Amino acid sequence: MTPLVNIAGLGVAFGGVPVLRGVDLALGKGEALGLVGESGSGKSVTWLAALGLLPRHAQVSGSVRLEGREILGAPATELDHVRGGRIAMIFQDPASALNPVLTIRRQLCEALALHRDLQGNAVKAEARRLLDLVGIPDAGRRLEAYPHEFSGGQVQRIMIAMALAGNPDLLIADEPTTALDATIQAQILDLLSTVRREFGMAMVLISHDLGVVAENCDRVAVMYAGRIVEEAPSNQLFADPAHPYAQGLIGALPPLDGPRRRLTAIPGTVPDPAKMPGGCAFAPRCALASEPCGHAAPSLAPIANDRRVACIRAEAFRRALLGIAAE
Amino acid sequence: MSPPLFDVSTISRSYAMRSGMFGRATAVHAVDGVSLAIAKGQTLGLVGESGSGKSTTGRIVLGLEPPDRGEVRFDGKPMAVPETAAWRAQRARMQIIFQDPLGALDRRLPVGAQIREPLDIHGIGTPADREERVRDLLRAVELTPAHGARYAGALSGGQRQRIVLARALATKPDFLVCDEPVSALDVSIQAQVVNLLCDLQAQLSLTLLFISHDLRVVRQISTTVAVMYLGRIVEIGSADDLFARPEHPYTQALVSASPAPGRRSAGRIVLSGDPPNPAARPQGCAFHPRCPRAIARCASEVPALSAIGGERQVACHLATGAQTRNAA
Repeated sequence: MTPLVNIAGLGVAFGGVPVLRGVDLALGKGEALGLVGESGSGKSVTWLAALGLLPRHAQVSGSVRLEGREILGAPATELDHVRGGRIAMIFQDPASALNPVLTIRRQLCEALALHRDLQGNAVKAEARRLLDLVGIPDAGRRLEAYPHEFSGGQVQRIMIAMALAGNPDLLIADEPTTALDATIQAQILDLLSTVRREFGMAMVLISHDLGVVAENCDRVAVMYAGRIVEEAPSNQLFADPAHPYAQGLIGALPPLDGPRRRLTAIPGTVPDPAKMPGGCAFAPRCALASEPCGHAAPSLAPIANDRRVACIRAEAFRRALLGIAAE
Repeated sequence: MSPPLFDVSTISRSYAMRSGMFGRATAVHAVDGVSLAIAKGQTLGLVGESGSGKSTTGRIVLGLEPPDRGEVRFDGKPMAVPETAAWRAQRARMQIIFQDPLGALDRRLPVGAQIREPLDIHGIGTPADREERVRDLLRAVELTPAHGARYAGALSGGQRQRIVLARALATKPDFLVCDEPVSALDVSIQAQVVNLLCDLQAQLSLTLLFISHDLRVVRQISTTVAVMYLGRIVEIGSADDLFARPEHPYTQALVSASPAPGRRSAGRIVLSGDPPNPAARPQGCAFHPRCPRAIARCASEVPALSAIGGERQVACHLATGAQTRNAA
C-alpha cells in the first residue's frame, strides 16, 4: 500500500546553514504520528518545507510524495489544491492565524468556497455545521462574531473547524495546545481525536510535550538537530526508549506520582546549526558516547519491525530486543 | 516545624476593569481571601490556570503590590513602608525571577555587570569583593566567569535563566519567588534548571514560593502545594500526597489533564466550559459551573477551606477526606 505521505531525504538550509539534514518519514492513511523534539530540532520546518510554506530563500531538497505524487516544488496551482484541501495545518497561536477585522463566518466561508463546490446558503449551512461540530455553543449566532469575542480555547476550535473545511486527509497540528491552560488543553486534544475518528483523517501532532504525544498518537518520531533519531510505536518508545536522547527526554520529565528522584538532565545545549559537530549531533551531550560517534552520523537503522533508531549502538539494541523476545 | 518566614493572612486584591470606553467599571477580584505561610527553607508551590491569581499573590507577598485587605508578614514583622531604609533592607532579603529571562535582562549590558548591579545598589562589599562575588555567583549557577562578559543575546535560554538566578541570589536573599521560571525552557534544559534550583535551595537554605501551571515541575520542587482557582485556594497539602490523592474536583481534573507517557487517555476527566473569567465570578463555589459533581448547595454557598485530616485542607462541600483516609 502506498503511504499517504512519504518524505525522503528532506533537507532545508537557510543561507547555506542546514537546519534539516535528511528526514525520512512515512505516514499511513488515518494514522496519528507524533513528532517530538526541542525547539530548533526541525519538527515544524519539516512540514512547512513539505507544504512549500517556507520563505523563498530557503533551500529545500529531497522528495515529498502525497499518494505517490511529488509535491515538493510542484506548481502553485497544484499546491493550492493540496494545502487546505488534502493537507491542513493548525498552529500554536490561533489568535494570530485569524483576521481580527472579519467575522468568523467570512473566514470560514472563504475556506469553504475555496475547497468545496458549495453555493449560496449551502456555504453558510456548512460553516454552521462545522462550528457545531467543534463544539462552539450557539453556532448560528456566533458565526457573526469577531475573533476577539472568543476565548483562546474557542479560537483554537474555530481554527480546527477551518482546517476541516476542506475535508483534508491529513491534519498537521503544530503545538496546538501549548498556549492553552491544562483543562482547555484536555478539551482540544479530546476534540482532535474525535474529529480524527469521524473524518478518518491522518494527523501529525507536533509537540514538545512527550505526554501529549504519547496519549494521542500511534507512532512517535523523535527529532534532534534536524534529524529523526528514533521512531517507534508510542507505547514502546515511552516504555523502552533506545536512543540516548529519547532516554534523556523521558528521564528529564518529573514524575507526577511515586517517589521523587533527582531529574536526570541532559547536560549542555542543542548545538548551533552553523557549528554542528562532526558525526552524531548528540554525541557531545551523550553519556554513552564513544570515540566512533565523532566520525560519521549514524543513519536510521531498523531494530525491530516498526522501530528505527539512529545510533551506533542500534545493533546492540536489536540484539537486546530479540534476546528478550526469544525468552 | 520552624516558624514561618512568610505569612500572609486573608489577603485580597481587586482591580477595576472597564468594558469598552464608556462601560461601567467592574471589580475583578484577582486574589480573594488567601492565607499562606512558608516555613524557613521550605518551598511552597502555587498552581492554577491563567487568571487564578497566582502571580498576583506572588507580587503581594513580595510587597510589589499592596493588598486591599489582609496582612503580609515577613520574618514575623509586617512589611516595611515603601521607600524607607527598613523597606530597602527588607527588599534585599527577597527576590523574584520571571518566566522570560530575555525580558528581565538588559541586552546592551554584559550579563556580569547586571549580576553586580544589586551589590552596587545595596552597597554590599568593596568593589574588589563585588567582582569576586560575581565570579562566585556565576560558578554557583554552573556557568564560567567568562560568561559574565557576554551579552544576553549571545546566551541560550537556559543560560539566561541561570544569569537571572545568579543576579537574584547576589544579595544573599532568604526568600525567592519564582514565577513560571522554567515554562519557556525545553524539557532537557528545564530539568537542568530545576535540579540547579533544588541544589541552591539546599546549599543556601532558601525559602521559595514557586509559581507554575506545570504540576510535574511544582511537585518536583515543592514541600507544600496550594491549588488556586479564581483567586482562592481550593486545596492545599503536601507535595507528595496532593497529586497522588487529590480531593477537590478541580485538582482531580488538573491531575487528570496532565498527560503522562505510557498512560492512555482512558478515563480522563475533561472539564466542560471555558476557563474562568475573574470579572464574572460565579456565585457560591466559583468552580461549580464546570464541576462534574456539583450539587444545589454549591451554587449558593461558598465552601470554606477546611482541614480534612493530615496536612490537607480543601474548599469543597463534597470533600470528605475519603481519598486521603483510604490511603492511610
